[in-house]
Amino acid sequence: MLKVLLMTSLFLFAVSIAIFLYRFVKGPSIPDRIIAMDAIGISLIAMMAILSILLKTYAFFDVILLFGILSFVGTVAFSKFIERGVVVDYERDR
Amino acid sequence: MQNQSFGILRGLRRFTEGSVIKIKINDVLLQTVTKVASFVILTFSVYLFLAGHHNPGGGFIGGLVVAAAITLLFLAYDVKTVRAGFPPVDFKVLAVSGVLLAVITGMGAVVFGKPFLSHAFGYFNLPLFGETELATSVIFDVGVALAVLGTALSIIYTISEDMCIWKR
Repeated sequence: MLKVLLMTSLFLFAVSIAIFLYRFVKGPSIPDRIIAMDAIGISLIAMMAILSILLKTYAFFDVILLFGILSFVGTVAFSKFIERGVVVDYERDR
Repeated sequence: MQNQSFGILRGLRRFTEGSVIKIKINDVLLQTVTKVASFVILTFSVYLFLAGHHNPGGGFIGGLVVAAAITLLFLAYDVKTVRAGFPPVDFKVLAVSGVLLAVITGMGAVVFGKPFLSHAFGYFNLPLFGETELATSVIFDVGVALAVLGTALSIIYTISEDMCIWKR
């Protein structure tokens, strides 16, 4: 029963990633694309967590943490690029 | 419509150039999160670096996570503030010295008549840790981590804003 539920949720996450990819390619504006990319990252994290339940292993936990960090930094960088037009500035108050 | 979403505040600043309106950007949320999260990321990088001998991890990914933490600091603050907090090391020199350390560690095996890059390990009784396995491949991993850190940070530093663009 649990296995069927986990496989179903994996399938649903895969479908949602496909829809996010459509939004990422088609997205009429840049913020749509960035939100789609962040959501793809979070769906991948959820898929890895479900996979580690399914395979009964601890090996993916480091990967989940690392992927969360990288996704967070990437989203922050893109958001700052939208808001300011520059990613890393030399001096803030100028 | 699509191009207008780029650099909203910068465009506004250009539009109001010369007038008294000055846009102050409030970054309290990002900077408060960064103050906590960067230390969590650095701690995780130390864990990944030390786990690398028997488990997933190692010098490469440890250096990459340190680079991610410093990139987050660069994003939330600026280059001048972050560079003031670190020792004034050129990132290119850091990368080259890492590669040099890794190669020298590999050559050390040649001196003792073993093949290049073969490592030695032994079990020692340390005062606090008890019996611990110490391996020379950790020194090689330090070199790899320094090389990755220097390369990633010099890329980030190169694409950052130049110090003389906005001087008016």
